[in-house]
Amino acid sequence: MDYETLRLIWWALLGILLIGFAVMDGFDLGTAALLPIVARTDEERRIAINTVGPVWEGNQVWFILGGGAIFAAWPTLYAASFSGFYLAMFLVLATLILRPAGFKFRSKMDQPAWRSFWDWALFAGGVVPSLVFGVAFGNLFLGVPFRFDSDLRFHSDITLWSLLNPFALLVGLTSLSMIMLHGAAWLNLKTLGTVQARARRVMPIAALAFLLLFALAGLWLLKLDGYVITSAAVHDGPSNPLLKSVARAPGVWLSGTGPWVAAAVAVAAAIGGTLLRSRPLAAFLCTALVPAGTIAAAGLALFPFLLPSSDQLAASLTVWDASSSKLTLAIMLGAVVIFLPIILAYTAFVYRVLRGPVRAEDIRSNSKTAY
Amino acid sequence: MDLVELSRLQFAVTALYHFIFVPLTLGLSILLGIMETVYVMTGREIWREMTKFWGILFGINFAMGVATGITMEFQFGTNWAYYSQYVGDVFGAPLAIEGLMAFFLEATFVGLFFFAWDRLSKIQHLVATWLLAIGTNLSALWILIANGWMQYPVGARFNADTMRMEVTDFMAVLFNPVAQAKFVHTVSAGYVTGSIFVLAISAWYILKGRNLEFAKRSMTVAASFGLASALSVVVLGDESGYTAGENQKMKIAAIEAMWHTEPAPAAFTVFGLPNLKTHTTEFEVKVPWVLGLIATRSTDRQVPGITELVDEAKVRIADGLVAYRTLQEIKRDPQDSQLRDTLEAHVGNLGYALLLKKIRPDIENASQAQIDEAAASTIPNVPVLFWSFRLMVGLGFFFIALFAYSFWLSARRRLDRYRPYLWVAFLSLPLPWIAAELGWIVAEYGRQPWVIEGVLPTALGVSSTSTGNVTFSLLGFALFYSALLVVDLFLLRKYIRLGPEAASSPAPAAAE
Repeated sequence: MDYETLRLIWWALLGILLIGFAVMDGFDLGTAALLPIVARTDEERRIAINTVGPVWEGNQVWFILGGGAIFAAWPTLYAASFSGFYLAMFLVLATLILRPAGFKFRSKMDQPAWRSFWDWALFAGGVVPSLVFGVAFGNLFLGVPFRFDSDLRFHSDITLWSLLNPFALLVGLTSLSMIMLHGAAWLNLKTLGTVQARARRVMPIAALAFLLLFALAGLWLLKLDGYVITSAAVHDGPSNPLLKSVARAPGVWLSGTGPWVAAAVAVAAAIGGTLLRSRPLAAFLCTALVPAGTIAAAGLALFPFLLPSSDQLAASLTVWDASSSKLTLAIMLGAVVIFLPIILAYTAFVYRVLRGPVRAEDIRSNSKTAY
Repeated sequence: MDLVELSRLQFAVTALYHFIFVPLTLGLSILLGIMETVYVMTGREIWREMTKFWGILFGINFAMGVATGITMEFQFGTNWAYYSQYVGDVFGAPLAIEGLMAFFLEATFVGLFFFAWDRLSKIQHLVATWLLAIGTNLSALWILIANGWMQYPVGARFNADTMRMEVTDFMAVLFNPVAQAKFVHTVSAGYVTGSIFVLAISAWYILKGRNLEFAKRSMTVAASFGLASALSVVVLGDESGYTAGENQKMKIAAIEAMWHTEPAPAAFTVFGLPNLKTHTTEFEVKVPWVLGLIATRSTDRQVPGITELVDEAKVRIADGLVAYRTLQEIKRDPQDSQLRDTLEAHVGNLGYALLLKKIRPDIENASQAQIDEAAASTIPNVPVLFWSFRLMVGLGFFFIALFAYSFWLSARRRLDRYRPYLWVAFLSLPLPWIAAELGWIVAEYGRQPWVIEGVLPTALGVSSTSTGNVTFSLLGFALFYSALLVVDLFLLRKYIRLGPEAASSPAPAAAE
């Protein structure tokens, strides 16, 4: 397989892993973000938390694997994005660190203050990452100020405040509403009674918020200056971002048909999921397509850019100059081809074993061991 | 503190915290597998209770391992961006495979372990428990392949077009002898930790006169598994010493405070006070021959001393400067094939030239005095290594003695007879953690100033971020981790006091 094809495959895999993260971890982040709305009493909270109790650890591995795969396949992107978005990343890590503790520790003590503290920790661990990942994606379209020196050392002037600009915040809220919609669909599927009724009422509100924010972001994107590679395209050259030239041009992000098709899938899925909410499984499968369509739309719009630089345009990271060597891409592709189907198989097995809603009786009879 | 020191401190703090939880996860997961296997084979309910009770403690600890592990996966990018750019092509792959092959397995089946006792058959649940244990241990394999490469960077070469190290032989990275030795040594240390944990807490139950049958059975499992593991740690720790002798001569010379090469076979210093200024060790007590045997597996090959290794570094820096100057010319004229040949001939020492970057940015103009200074900087902190190593080894031998005695008592059914023994077993609880953390100090602090031995100096690996950012995140992590550790210990204590009864009987919600 040639270098260009491997890079394209790894660009697609990057998207697939991010979608895997948003779909799988998305519903437990969404569940945590909805905790104060859908569950008011301690027992309701425990029901909501226990719907994700056995699976959130596996889901979170999508995030860890995303990090590892970016490191292995796109090391320059890994170095630039995580060090450039330093404080934003710290915020995400800090709230994600609280999540395992929140799940595991919350119900191990009976004091209401203790439980309420961990409920807020879980809530923050659901809201902050959903928001920050959206903000990060928003900034990709604007470009961020960074440079490379001739040793390919990364320098940047990015601050947390410069990341929190209006467009990026809009994308952040889009992401949050999408995750909450997906979380509500999960709770609709895995609970009964009051919690389910509340989750079902949240779905149309979250879907409407998502559709409005998503449309607004799209309109804004039409007006934004995008980035284009202006030098002759070398798709199998060395991974050195400084070898090309780049210019800015209005409207280029949405010039292709790809992003429009993917966005249409996201919109249709958000509407469909809401309409189908009395058939919980179908609705949940529908809302899973919302993050899939949204992330695909963003990725296709940016292509071939991964992380544009507003400061030194040529330093922008693209699919053609930020990857690992051909050998590493090939080895990692082999690893993914072998292990991803196995992962999907045993994950499916586990969800089958755990199928069915969480009932109040389950919590009462396993009071000491349940979350 | 400057950026490099802050970044190193943050890595050290987060990694050492993470490794409070990892060894217990490694050891307890296997012990859970063993206990549940006995339950499935004998059908005796007490073994199910044992699996469930130690499982609760495992779960509290596992959550903390996951929480502190998230940071580790991303910290290379946030704080060591140039490191990630320079070696990500090699180092990233084992990390990603760790996620694919190990993290998914352990994180998916840990859910079944806790939540599916009633939903799976006995055999199915046993399989889930063992898959959890296998996943946990596989993750140790891949992270140690990555770490082993930092100690002994095989199977890769520098590419001038991309200004980074790239994989040339992935099999060499996988079957790196240092990585293999480290893996066995580290998981064995985890098994020792899990065994001491079970042994110590069970001893406490016997001292309190409660849960006797439960505690004695647990101790028997811990003593036999622990004895095998403790022997393996020491025997294969020796193996690590041997490979360190082959490619990390400076580390072994520093551990031994061996300032000058001695005639073969070298003596092992049992006691001494290494002095960094005078390059001598005061009050030495030496055992002849032992070091030479450990490090070279021979009686006639020499173990080089620190002074001789510094002289070797001077030569390598001078040679590396040729590579560095050639690289600057290649940047101006990428097509010149003669320059590429020159680079190829000297590139093996490029990393040594980069040691000069800490002294002056334009290293191609370095004076001989500056080369000497850079060479001297290859000496790690000798007293810290000397004592960390000796404490760790001392603890290793103590564990063997403790497990052997426990095993003997268990075989004679006298585990509950001797209170002084039970106290010793109980008070040994913190010791395996001390040994494990000392082990990492020897391994990582011992290869300074390198982040990749001989390839990339630590000072160059950092991100170009502000000290304010790193101070903020360092304080944040330290605060979060410390608070969580306090909660973790508090909950472990609570559940240990509640005892096995809490795990198996479905108590009403208002039990306390």
